[in-house]
Parts: sequence; C-alpha cells; structure tokens
Amino acid sequence: MTVTLTVNGADHALEVDPSTPLLYVLRDDLELNGAKYGCGLGQCGACTVHIDGKPAFSCLTPVGAVAGRRIRTVEGLGSAEAPGLLQQAFEKEQAAQCGYCIAGMIMRAQALLDRVPDPDEAQIRAHMQTNLCRCGTHMRILRAVRRAVAMRKGVQAAQEVRP
Amino acid sequence: MSPVLSPLSRRSFLTGGALVVSFALVPKAFAQLAGGGEGGTGPAVVAPDLKGSLKSTPWLDAWIRIEADGRVTVFTGKVELGQGIRTALTQVAAEELDIPPAAITLVTADTERTPDEGLTAGSHSMQDSGTAIQNAAANVRMLLAAEAARVWNLPADQVTTGGDARLRAPDGRTLPYGEVAARLSLHVQAVPDAPLRKPSDYRTLGQELPRVDIPAKLTGGAAYLHDMRLPGMLHARVVRGPSVGTGLQSPDIDAVARMPGVVKIVRQGRFLAVVAERQWTAIQAMRHLQRAAYERTASPLPADGTGDAVVATLKAMPARDIPIMDTSEPAGPAVHSVRARYTRPWISHGSIGPSCAIAQYMEGRMTVWTHSQGTFDVHRVVAELLGLPPEKVHAIHAEGAGCYGQNGADDAAADAAVIARAVPGRPIRLQWMREQEFGWEPLGPGMMTELEAALGADNRIVSWRHAVWSNPHNNRPVGAGGVLAGNEADPPFPVPEGKPIPMPEGDGSRNSNPLYSFANTHVVYHFLKDMPARVSALRSLGAHLNVFSIESMLDELAAGAGIDPLAIRLDHMRDERARDVMQAAADRFGWSKRPRGDGRSGCGMAFARYKNLGAYCAVALEVEVDRETGRTLVRRAVAAVDCGQPANPDGLRNQIEGGLVQSLSWTGREAVRFAADRRASFDWSSYPILRFDDVPGSIEVVVMDRPGVPFLGTAEAAQGPSAAALANAIADATGVRLRDMPLSPDRLKAALGPV
Amino acid sequence: MKRTRWAGRAMGRWAVAGALASLAGVGAFLGIAYRSDLPAVPTPKAADFPPELVSRGAALATIGDCIVCHTADGGVAYAGGRALATPFGTLYSTNITPDPEGGIGGWSKEAFKRAMRDGVSRDGRHLYPALPYDHYRRVHDGDLDAIYAFLMTRPTASAPAKANDLIFPLGFRPLLAGWKLLFLHQEEFTPRPDRDAEWNRGAYLAEGLGHCSGCHSPRNLAGAEETGDSAYSGGVAEGWVAPALNGSSPAAIPWMADSLFTYLRTGIDGRHGAAAGPMGPVVHGLSRAPEADVRAIATYIASLSADRPRAAPKTPSPPDRTAEAAKASPAGATLFAGACAGCHESGAPMMTQGRPGLSTVTALQLDRPDNAIRAILQGIHAPTGPAGPAMPPFAASLTDAQVADLAAYLRSRFSDRPAWTSLETAAATVRKEDSQP
Repeated sequence: MTVTLTVNGADHALEVDPSTPLLYVLRDDLELNGAKYGCGLGQCGACTVHIDGKPAFSCLTPVGAVAGRRIRTVEGLGSAEAPGLLQQAFEKEQAAQCGYCIAGMIMRAQALLDRVPDPDEAQIRAHMQTNLCRCGTHMRILRAVRRAVAMRKGVQAAQEVRP
Repeated sequence: MSPVLSPLSRRSFLTGGALVVSFALVPKAFAQLAGGGEGGTGPAVVAPDLKGSLKSTPWLDAWIRIEADGRVTVFTGKVELGQGIRTALTQVAAEELDIPPAAITLVTADTERTPDEGLTAGSHSMQDSGTAIQNAAANVRMLLAAEAARVWNLPADQVTTGGDARLRAPDGRTLPYGEVAARLSLHVQAVPDAPLRKPSDYRTLGQELPRVDIPAKLTGGAAYLHDMRLPGMLHARVVRGPSVGTGLQSPDIDAVARMPGVVKIVRQGRFLAVVAERQWTAIQAMRHLQRAAYERTASPLPADGTGDAVVATLKAMPARDIPIMDTSEPAGPAVHSVRARYTRPWISHGSIGPSCAIAQYMEGRMTVWTHSQGTFDVHRVVAELLGLPPEKVHAIHAEGAGCYGQNGADDAAADAAVIARAVPGRPIRLQWMREQEFGWEPLGPGMMTELEAALGADNRIVSWRHAVWSNPHNNRPVGAGGVLAGNEADPPFPVPEGKPIPMPEGDGSRNSNPLYSFANTHVVYHFLKDMPARVSALRSLGAHLNVFSIESMLDELAAGAGIDPLAIRLDHMRDERARDVMQAAADRFGWSKRPRGDGRSGCGMAFARYKNLGAYCAVALEVEVDRETGRTLVRRAVAAVDCGQPANPDGLRNQIEGGLVQSLSWTGREAVRFAADRRASFDWSSYPILRFDDVPGSIEVVVMDRPGVPFLGTAEAAQGPSAAALANAIADATGVRLRDMPLSPDRLKAALGPV
Repeated sequence: MKRTRWAGRAMGRWAVAGALASLAGVGAFLGIAYRSDLPAVPTPKAADFPPELVSRGAALATIGDCIVCHTADGGVAYAGGRALATPFGTLYSTNITPDPEGGIGGWSKEAFKRAMRDGVSRDGRHLYPALPYDHYRRVHDGDLDAIYAFLMTRPTASAPAKANDLIFPLGFRPLLAGWKLLFLHQEEFTPRPDRDAEWNRGAYLAEGLGHCSGCHSPRNLAGAEETGDSAYSGGVAEGWVAPALNGSSPAAIPWMADSLFTYLRTGIDGRHGAAAGPMGPVVHGLSRAPEADVRAIATYIASLSADRPRAAPKTPSPPDRTAEAAKASPAGATLFAGACAGCHESGAPMMTQGRPGLSTVTALQLDRPDNAIRAILQGIHAPTGPAGPAMPPFAASLTDAQVADLAAYLRSRFSDRPAWTSLETAAATVRKEDSQP
C-alpha cells in the first residue's frame, strides 16, 4: 500500500508494507543513514528519531502508524556543511569514538533541548539514560549537550543585547 | 631482495591507478609477524632492519603515492575502529611529508590496494603502521629533496620544506612535490635511517586535529559499511538457533520459500540464510524459520554464575602449564602475606551495531566489504571457505560499529560470501540481528587467578606468586574453520585447536608478569585449550584480570601493612616512565590530600604498562558507595598516560576516557549468563551495561608529553588499571575487598551486610 | 514516578472528602482525635543494637519495602520526599533515617511502634494511611524492635519533610481519627493451627509488613480496604489494576506456589508475564529478601486461589488465534507485526529464551484494559535491577486510536474473554495522566 511520510519537512509517497518498521524505510527507501539498527528491540536508542517532536524508537514504529505525522531525523538538524547546534557541539567536543550510537544520542538530546531551556546535569543524565554507548564516550556526550545548552544561551543572550 | 618487483615502466608508477603492485597477493607462506599481537595471520618479515610494518612491506609506493598534480595518497593496512586511527595516521604522514593534513587521502585496508599489516588489534596500529608511515614519509621527503637538489644543482641538504607541499631552495625558488615526484620512482625500498623531522619543528603531529570521520557520523553521512547501498543490492539474514552450539531441528523452509519478496533460501550443510528484496521481508522470513525447535549440538556450556561458578568451570578442564616468569633473589623473611583468588566471568563485546557485511560474486570473483579487524584474514577465510583462488577474492574494509576485539564481524563476512555465491551478480547485504551478535560472537573468556605475595620487614615484597587460568584469547579466523559458516559447511571445516599467544604479548598471560621489581616472582599460565564457550579476543585480553589481580594484591598488601598505595607501587618500580605516570596521576588527583575511606566514600589507584610494551597508564578514582543498595558511583576519575609522542592528544584522551568507562562497565556490571543449552544473555535486558546515570562525575586525562619518543599503543591501556582502581576504591571506602567480577551492587551489598 | 499503596478508585473525590469529614467530625467530637506527643530521646547509637537484630530488621524492612516509598528518585535511601499520588491529593513520604531533626532520630522505640500500629507521629499528629499501619498492627512486637534497630543504624540524612498537597479538608489531620475509629481494628497476627508453619509465615508477612492486600483488595469510598469475601478480589494501584489473588484470579494459567515464587523473586514467570507498574518495586524488594520468606509468601498467596477450579481450561493451551484476530482487527495486526512481533511473536528471541507468550499474560485477561494500555504506553521497567524483563514505551510512536487497535487485536488473539470497549478513551485517559507533572 502507499504510505505518505513527512520526513524532515519533505513528503514522500512510498509503496511499502505498512508493518515495516520506520527504521528500514528511512534507511533503505529514503536513503537516510542517521537512524541506525542497534537492537530492533527498543533497548539501545541507536534508531532514535522524533515523531511529532517526541523521541521514539524507529525500529519499533510501524511505518503505517506514522503516516502524515512529522518525522525528524538527525539529517533534519543539519549537515556536515551546515551543522545544527547539537551537531556543532558534538564536533567541538569530539564526542564520538566509533560513533554508531551518536546520531541517536543527538536526537535524544535534541528532544530534551526542545522541551527544557536550561537542563541541569541530573536532568541531562536522566534523559540520556535511554541510550546506550559501548565505546565509553559518555563524558564527551554529556559535555556536548552542556555545550549546546551554553551555545544556545549565548545566542539568545546576544539576541537580547541587540536593540 | 631485488629492488624492483615487476618490470613496470617508470611511467606506469606515475599514472596512479595503473599501479597495482603484487605485494597484496603474495601468498603468505611464512610464519606470522606480530600480526597485531592478537593472533591472526600476518605478512612475512622481509626487511628486518626497517621499522614498524616496513619490515614486511618495505616499498615506499606501497605506503605513499604522489601524483603529478600534487595529490597525495597514503595507504595503511590498519583500519578505523572508532579509535581515530585515520586521523592519527594522516597526522603522522602529514608531519613527515611536511604537507597539510587536508592534502592527504588515506586508504585503509584493502587486499588489492594496501599493505597487509595483519590485524588492527592489540593497540599496535601506531607502533606498526604509524611507525611505517612515519619512516616511509621521511624516506619520500628525503628522495624529493634529493631530486629537487639535482634539479637546482644544489647539495641535498640545502633543500628544505615549509609545510606547504613545496620544496625550497635557499634563494627562494620552490618546486611543488607533484612536479618533483613525477621525476621519481617511489617503487624503491625504504632505508632505515631517513632523517625524521625534529619534534621542535612539528606542525601537525601532537596537534589536536579534529577527527576526519566525525562530521559524517554526526550528520547521517555515509560513515559505515551498514550505510553502503550498491545497485541491485539484496538483503539477507542468516538463520540460526539461539546461540553457538545449537541447531534448528526442522525449519519450515517451504512456507518461507512461498513468502512474497523472498528471493532465495540458501541452505548448505547446516548453514541457512534467507535473501529478499527488502530487509523487512528477510527479517520476517528469518523469524518464521526460527520458530523451529532447536537442539544443543556441542559440549556443555560454562556453569552459570560468577566467582565460584567460573572457578568450577575452569578448574574442571585439563591445563597445560606455561611458565611465564621465575626469578629468585635473596630476600628477608615474610612478615605479612596475602593469598587471594580473583575471577572474571565471560564478557560480551557488546557492539552497539550488530555485525554486517556486503558481498558480491560476479564473473568468478568475490568481493567482500567487511568491518573485521583482519581484512586480509577475511580474504584468506573466504578463499578457503568457497574454494576460490586467492586472486579471485577481494576484501575491503569499511567501518562498522566499535568491535573491541573479535565480535561477529569475521563470521558475518564469511556468511555474506556464502550467500553471495548462491546469488551471483547481485550484491547482498547481510545484517546480523542483535540476538545473533550476543548469541554467536566469540566472548571474552572467563578467567581466574590465584596470587600469593608477602612483604618483608622493610615493607619490600619478598615473594610473589601469580597463577592464571584461561582459555585462549586468540581464536582469530585465519581459515574457514575459524568462522561459523565454515563449521556449518558440509563437510564442515573443523574449529582449530586453541593456541596461546607467546609472551611478551601473551593472551591469558598478558600482563601477568609484573613490571614491578618483586623479589622471587613466579608466574604460571594454566592454559586451557578446551573452550566450553566460543571465545576470542576482547580488548586487553588477559590484561584485564591480570592487572586487576596484581593491582588489587598490591593494595591488599599495603592495607595490611599500613602503607600508602602509591608508596608501595613507587617503592617497587624502577621504570622511570612508569613512576612518572603514577606520580602525574596522583598529583592531578590530589592523592596525598585525598579524602580517606569513611565507610561511604574512598579512593583507589592502579597502574599498568599494557603488555609491558605499550602505553603506560595510571588511574585514580574517588567513589561513593550507597551502603543500602551497594551501588557504587565514581565521583571523579583521573588517568595519566604515556604513549610516547602523542599523535593527537585529544584522540588519546578520548581513548583513555572510553577505556576507563568501558572497563567500569565490564568490571562493575557485566557477566554473560548461561542456560543449560544456550547463552541466556541475548539482549540489553539480559546483558545490561553501564548507562548514563552510572558513569563517573568527571574524568580527567593527563597526556605525558614525550616529544619524538616512539609511539606506544594506547587503546587498551586503561582497561586493567581502571578495573583495579575501582576495586581498590571500594575497598578503601568500605573495607570490603571484592575479588570476583562483576563488582556489582548486589555483590557489594551482600558483602557489606545490613549493619 | 509517583507511588502509592493507598490508591482507592479514583472517583468522587469530593464526595469522599465530605463523607470523611463528617465521619471524622463525629470522631473529633468524641475527643479521640487528640494524641499526646512522646518526648524526644537522644538518638541511639548504632552500637546499641546487636548486629543480629539489625540483620533481622534488614530482612523485614526489605519485605515491607520501606525503601521504595521513603526514598525520592535519585535521593538518599530512607530520606523520604517521594511523591505519593492518592485520590485525595499528593502526599510526600517522610525521612525515616535517624536524623534528629528531619528524620526519626529523636523517636523512642515506643514512638516508633505507636506510629507503626496507630499511625501517630511522635509529636502526636495523625499519619495518613498511605503508611499502611492497618497492616503493621499485625506485626509482632519483636519484629518492630528489629525494624527499629535497622532504621536507627542507617546513615542519617538531614532532609526536611515536604508539605503535602491534599484536597480540602483532608489537610486537617484530626479528621484521620474518625477514619481510624471506623477502619483501624486489626490485631496482631495469630497463626492458624490448621495450616503449616510455612503458610503461617507467609500469611504473617503478606498480611503484615508485605501489605499485599493494600493493592490487591478493593477499597471503599473512604480509602479503606474491603475485607471478608472481597479481600484479594483485586484493586487498583497508580492506575494499574492489581489483579485478584483469590478464586476470581483472571490468570490464564492458575498460579501455583512455585510460579509465584519465581515471579516474586525475578519479576517474571514463564506462565504469567512480567511484574509491571507498582508491582515492579515490590519484586525489587522481594528479589533481595530471604528466600524462605518469599517462598512462604508465595505459598500463602497461592492458597488464596486454591478454590479456583484447576481443571483443564476450555482450550488445551492458552489461546493464540492469529487469523481470527487479524480479521477482527487488521489495523491492530499490522501494528503488532511492526511494533510487537520482534519480541512477542513465536520465533522472536524473547520467545526462544523462554519469556512468557502473550496468551499467558494476565494483563490481557483482565476485565479492564488498563494494564495492557499502560504497558504499551509507558513500557515496563526491569523490576529487579538493570537486568530483567523490560519493555520500551510506545507513547511517542502510537496514537490513542492505534493503541486501541493494538489492544483490541491483542485481546482477540490472546484471550477468550469478551472484547474490551472504549479503548481509545482509556488510552487517552492514561496518556493524560502521564503528561501531568
């Protein structure tokens, strides 16, 4: 059947079994690499995307269930040429080793930043708890999220100063 | 050794792609080189006077090519595993060529393009490939300068470089590298004494160059093998029982063959796979086949549990005793001695991305893209498995998720090749499932040690005994019997018998020989060749438990005699660099003013030089223990590391931070569970690892500045010391000495009791 | 997360409050509301208590699971501050560490026992029955001594009490005297001579410290447990149905002592599903309690449903009607295939590893869909620690209508019982509760 998906603001009409997890449609049909297959069980967060602004496991989301809803992937935050705020912060902190979990980490963190203007360390750690990293890059990931919060405050402060 | 391998004209060297040197396809008839220090096969040594991997591949153009238009390509047989080696090697090459790093294209392991440097393992990449590229680049720069001197009719030592890929004459004239290179053949052997650039002149080495692979990883760029999409690519899944040593009894093949979208069911011997147009179809077909009952087809698994269960399993197996170290010196009588047993359970690599491979069989040639640590071994395995001549197999590395040793990568590559052969023409992408990675990958072996040590009246250690029991950690596949698809073939390729890695690298014995100067040291490796669980290399191999044991024992002795843990270490350490890292970690940590154990918080430290050959690393931790739950939080961690000349200090810090956190997870939380007929750890709920609320409050890494000192491998330096520092800090905080991993909340709570 | 053991049906809060107020008014007139304060004593020293007594207290406190309610998320153990949502407003648990100011450091043994039995604080204030003193009255004196010894040897934490947020007029504590007059009549446990020692031990622990019926029995409008035949006929906790444990147990496969023991110990039993919602913390405690005590509890609880017919069920094995369910709820079947099958379909790794099939899971056999919907929306936390059965939440990926389709499919595929109704409304209700701070 035809499923119409709205991904990073663009609409796509796809012929696909509606039970197919969104992850495989993003990767194989839309050729978006950001969401990763990590467990297929909703346990690791490598596949995290946003559905209507909330973080969700794309590996367990039937594509038919998200027709017409707003889907955002890490590609929607920016590109290597024009990285988004969190992507810049992760780059600055060199917050990756193998990096396989990182796109999911960024999407997870983005959901916090969208909801909480100035999260404290405990909030960040509690929020990131869902996602697994095996290389032990946790400290840098936390630093990157803190940096993104600070960068945003800096931008906001600069905007406030402007007449 | 002839200076020229094949009668290629000079012109052919200069036209880039035309140069397909035969070194990659030379049969590997000789015994292994270091091979990464973790087994595997490696190339033969042909130039013993050269440094690093130049010993086996002395030809400069195997490492570096410079096009007439100035483009520079550097080749390495090592691969990116998330350790940042692409960036570090680029920096090494840029420094010695004296060009901007951005001018370099780095090509990693590819059996038709790059040198064979054995495995990317054992923290060898900087020692092997970094050293080779450094010296090759110095050779090339020397040849370029000599050629330019000829052009200008100057003495060679008058020609200099300025970091911009141009050669300079004293009068200001310059020539671009490309133009000079066009006059030269780099198909010559390196000389051992090409002058290296002076550390004081370094422009790139030691700089914190941002990692070249990170931007794509942050933005959904094509960064991994998993992201490759070839035209006409099909999706495959292998179909197996729940874990190694099981088989499905009668999978419902007819039903699956009728499923729309299923292209092929590949069944050869006990090997079974489905191929479909779409990934989701392949998964559903696989699940349908896996409804079949399974049976255990192999010998019994280890006893479930940790501590005594590990000991029961290991001690029940026949051992071959390998003496590791025996010294005897006159020493005073023992006044205080300690005996202790330490254990580690089987541990999973736990890669976040399950293994993946792509293979294509076309016109009699097999191409395999793999994230294995041994691209050249994959080549050998696939050739034997499929009975193809070696020149008909091409293995290419593409990055995967972090592997931390031999995970399912090699097996998946072989699986993919078997499947691709059955579906000629079309590339097939094989993705292992999460539970297959947990169930079928080789585990890090369970281990135990028994130590007995004694202090004399002068607080000097007068005797030291260390016995370690372990399976081989080196079961890297070098032939078809080393991979699952080989074992499942008809007739099967048998699993090769396990062999120990000899010292000084060692496997289960790794780091069992203390770097400290103890009187009367006796170390023995009880090598256990029979493997109740499929095992192979897990980052740091035996060093994890051996360093844990040595460094725990030192604290046990120190506590009994009232000696400061730092003092007992310094008192027995003659190696100045070792003393320096311990002192550097202690200073940054504030060891002398640290808060003393008060029942709830405390501090611990530990040290090791990885393999006694690699990087030096000291770790100090401050922990807080919740006595009600046994939960231990690391408030802060400080590590100091000496790895010789740091190629990229931030990359080193990243490795040490990561190794420390990973070790806290292994040591504090992890154990593979076994049911009677299968592994019972199959997902993250049955094999939990450290999450964000359990990682340290802070980690600080001090990188020792060692300008121009040879590179030492770093990626596995932190695992052993971090493990021991955790046990030592818990002991300092609570008075309870935990000797069996994992040092879990439940274990600590049980040891603390309710009072 | 908010918790309570004192969560009657969320209905008619004002009516309840009014009724209580009038009842309690009578009580107040009778002058029973007044309770004297007991003098503060110097905080006893840890060394005052014999280690064996502390150990015994530790085991008993684990069965009572004191730590769950008396510890805030991420807070110091026993320092209180956890929000307890009740139909009557939000209560905050108190600090029960031996801190003289914020905790119970100044409490004598007598003051502690009065609180446990009569629900009266040392200073004479009435305590809300969120502290299940109606159960603790059954506990033997010596066991209260042990728990006192255990609590008094905990590390102190100086966390002051948080103010409760209750509907008017329940903030006025003397009203509680009326409640107690009506409902607080329990006596110390006496063993039944016709039962064996294990059963009696289980009954003592379950009825006393374990306070199982606090959730698994229905409550009246005043929030008191119903007794007699209604005891253990099922209740509600934090919006989750606490299934009946008596003869009306809806379990697809009857509970036996062995499977109950496995369930209480590990949070999962291959024939009944996983502990979810507020049962999670209960299992967390019992997984660490003395094994013999947990066996005893299992024996006792299993006996409650012993009168349930044990004959073979209507179908030889629990139902799994894939085709019929897909026909009845095709949308649900599609959702199941993409969202659930990876764990719950045969051939999935969880099934191969012996996790219970959905047809045995009690949540799908209950009259109300609440537990199934909550599990889908909120997921299930591994109850015994980081390892254990867990399920991810689907609140972000599935709409209420999709949750309803999925629940309908699950019910028709895995249960013989009548279809659930008003599923979308039920999903919306749960989602709304979750979105409240």
